[in-house]
Amino acid sequence: MTLLNALLALGTLALIFGALLGYAAIRFKVESDPLVEQIDDILPQTQCGQCGYPGCRPYAEAIANGDDINKCPPGGEATIKKLAELLGVEPKPLNAAQEVAIKRVAFIREDECIGCTKCIQACPVDAIVGASKQMHTVIADECTGCDLCVEPCPVDCIDMIPVADSVERWKWDLQAIPVKMVE
Amino acid sequence: MPTLFQQIQAGTLWDFHGGIHPPVRKSQTSSKPVAQLPLPDRLYLPLRQHIGVAGRLIVAVGQRVLKGEALTSADNSMAVPVHAPTSGVIHSISQHTSAHPSALPEPVIVLVPDGKDEWRERRPLNIATSSRHQILERIQDSGIAGMGGAGFPTHLKAGMQQPVDYLIINAVECEPYISADDALMQEAPTTIVKGIDILCQLLNPKAVLIGIEADKPIAIAALKAACSQREHYYVREVPVKYPSGGEKQLIQLLTNKEVPAGRRPADIGIVMQNVGTAFAIAQAVLDDQPLISRIVTVTGETLRQPQNVLALLGTPVSSLLDFCGFQSEAQQKVIMGGPMMGFTLPDLAVPIVKTTNCILAPTRDELPDNGPELDCIRCGQCADACPATLLPQQLLWYSKARDPAKLQEYNLFDCIECGACAYVCPSEIPLVQYYRVAKAEIREQQREALKAEQAKARFEARNARLEQEKQQRLARNQQLAAARQQTQPNQNQTVAEALARVKAQQAEKAALQATDSAKDHQQILAERELKKQQAREYQAQKQATAAASAADSTLASTSDSSVDSKAAAVAAAIARAKARQADAASSPTVEQTTAAEPTTQDTADPRKAAVAAALARAKARQAGQTNSTMAEPSAIAAEPEQQDPRKAAIAAALARAKAKQSVTATVETTVTEPVAADAAAMPEDPRKAAIAAALARAKAKQSAAPAQETAIVEPAAADIAVTTAQQSLAPDTGIQPDTAGNDDPRKAAVAAALARAKARKAQQSTEHQTTEQQLSEQRDSEESKTE
Repeated sequence: MTLLNALLALGTLALIFGALLGYAAIRFKVESDPLVEQIDDILPQTQCGQCGYPGCRPYAEAIANGDDINKCPPGGEATIKKLAELLGVEPKPLNAAQEVAIKRVAFIREDECIGCTKCIQACPVDAIVGASKQMHTVIADECTGCDLCVEPCPVDCIDMIPVADSVERWKWDLQAIPVKMVE
Repeated sequence: MPTLFQQIQAGTLWDFHGGIHPPVRKSQTSSKPVAQLPLPDRLYLPLRQHIGVAGRLIVAVGQRVLKGEALTSADNSMAVPVHAPTSGVIHSISQHTSAHPSALPEPVIVLVPDGKDEWRERRPLNIATSSRHQILERIQDSGIAGMGGAGFPTHLKAGMQQPVDYLIINAVECEPYISADDALMQEAPTTIVKGIDILCQLLNPKAVLIGIEADKPIAIAALKAACSQREHYYVREVPVKYPSGGEKQLIQLLTNKEVPAGRRPADIGIVMQNVGTAFAIAQAVLDDQPLISRIVTVTGETLRQPQNVLALLGTPVSSLLDFCGFQSEAQQKVIMGGPMMGFTLPDLAVPIVKTTNCILAPTRDELPDNGPELDCIRCGQCADACPATLLPQQLLWYSKARDPAKLQEYNLFDCIECGACAYVCPSEIPLVQYYRVAKAEIREQQREALKAEQAKARFEARNARLEQEKQQRLARNQQLAAARQQTQPNQNQTVAEALARVKAQQAEKAALQATDSAKDHQQILAERELKKQQAREYQAQKQATAAASAADSTLASTSDSSVDSKAAAVAAAIARAKARQADAASSPTVEQTTAAEPTTQDTADPRKAAVAAALARAKARQAGQTNSTMAEPSAIAAEPEQQDPRKAAIAAALARAKAKQSVTATVETTVTEPVAADAAAMPEDPRKAAIAAALARAKAKQSAAPAQETAIVEPAAADIAVTTAQQSLAPDTGIQPDTAGNDDPRKAAVAAALARAKARKAQQSTEHQTTEQQLSEQRDSEESKTE
């Protein structure tokens, strides 16, 4: 009899908890994988595709599914470190051959632009303005430096130029101060 | 227990944590009167001398400006203008070393004084009758920014909407050496108090606290005397300790309140202004004198007369030093600002700006360089000295480890960079430098994060837009499909009718052909034979001309290579293009035969020739573009010539068209006519030729579209070329070029773009001279041929 009572009690409990959990699973369902969101937030959002995926979010999904975390050259070491921390894996050196490049933005040599709009179609962040047969130009502030517009240009009039050092962006690089003897 | 206000009224002073007592060394300058600096040769006025954004430039090079005239205008609240410190002429607007530790070049206005010192019209404000808005506008338009060192726009602080309990006037001047504020208070205490009155009118505080360090007895007496009529003005002597002049430290000293981390004094009902700012406000409002000069302490043991000078903004540091008898020693260091928070200047051409309060030129013994940096021994002296109660040793540790999260956890951004920690450090670690680097890096990361967020938003917006467009397209297509379905029965009927008609026609045709076919066949054979004959004749003739002009290397190579038809085609195209280029460059009168002659060879391999032709066309267009200005005067003459490169652009099979055109265009038909006829006969396979022609036409169309915009070519030129192609093609091959024309326009477009890009590169490398030479050679050969 005691055995039966125990079984009954446990069975009832199991049913109640099962129902609760089942309800919670439906009621509090998470829409998307929060891990992907977190990874996506760490990625630099240049949408450059250098990782081999069409944009940052697909790469974030790939990382969540077990891809390497060292395929993002624009993010560099800092991003790898953060990803390693988030995912609890060992940080790896950057995979791509190129080292962490200095920050660059696209620049259209406007005299040579033929107005083909190919770069506008390539830009993932709509940072190029222009119209068909009109000169195009890059909004430097919005450019992520992803390089994607350079390839489609039929007349090679797009350069990637390093962002100029300004007083605001200067990083107290103490070795870089031009030391001049004052006489 | 008395309230805080009562305590403050009673004169209670509090203390802040830490602080140091470096040697003061102010006596060299504080007791001397302020000297007036003579006008320098040039004034370098940086467009931005404060925290915020630069105003909009409103003067031009060569313009004469009067003293006090605004050179930039403030178009938003974070901008304050700069003014001409004296009358003179704007010499240039260029890049000049900035008064910033980075010494990065920044835009400056270079003003050459004319020595007249002529004022613009001045309109002093009557503060009793002017509105708050008017006064604030005057403060902004006078270019006033905090003169204590940070350079925050004063009108923002003075125009605060929050209720203000205390207005604190910072006259502490705690850094060693500096006595600029001291001198100002000794010379103009009443003006300063008038400035404070204006601030009070704007802010309406409960009390005004004027904090002065105890080692300035004359200034204290002068200000006390000037304030004697004002009820709520309290002059407070604060003990000598560095950095009691720091904003947060002085607030703590005078009111015992602490500004929360990441907040501003206004959040606790306090506004602080520098004493120099109060003086500048009084001058701006009451005298309409914008901020064009300031008192600068010029001191150090390398100077014969260290003193305070009234310097115009924009005066180079070297002028100040020379005025004070500068005798530099080997590896002389010149510091802008005080010894604790200043920075070493890389260059003495740096100008005085609104925030410059001291130029220090010490001897080596006076201010020795730091010794080599040793390891941190974790003695904790820095933590004892830190006025912001931070843990400098921990911050150093995490700065070295580049751990932004930990640095922020240890409140790195509360560091005021006063340098007290580095001053007491027994290991001589330049702690502040580490913090500055770390701060800059964190700021950069924050900026990047913000940018990433924006980029993501833009990326997503773009994707959404593309998706929407796709949906719209889909919907439209569906709609069209639905519309088509509705008219289906009708269509079926018409299709049936059309089919019937076609069948009837075919039957008719078959009947006709049955009778004519034999005759037709004979005729075709005869024609073909004739054409072959003509081709042979032409070939012979051509070889003869080639032999005749064998001396001419350019042509010789073109003709000889006709053995290898492919190579010849390419070479011919290149030669032709060069000729075009040269023609376009020098003479508008062109001999059409040049185009006709070499292109006939191209027909041997239409495909190859098409590519070559595209290349040539691009080159020709390039030439046309670059020389457009030259060709314009003789527009009429240039037109056929401009048409010609266009025709050159058309592929090999179109050589016929060109020949025909040349026949009509030139008088000398004798030679070209057979050529034209031969050219027509050349293609052995008419079908192939027709396809090539169509391909070429498509290319021409493609290239014509962008060319219309850039070159001066008549838009109709391409059309003319196409129509002539059609005309010539129709009789020759009997195949409608229109049907074949749409064969592969996409491929043609790619080829055309490729050719254009190549042409651009080629154009850069091609020397103008060589083309001209080639031209003359080509001409010679042409002449010899026509003879």
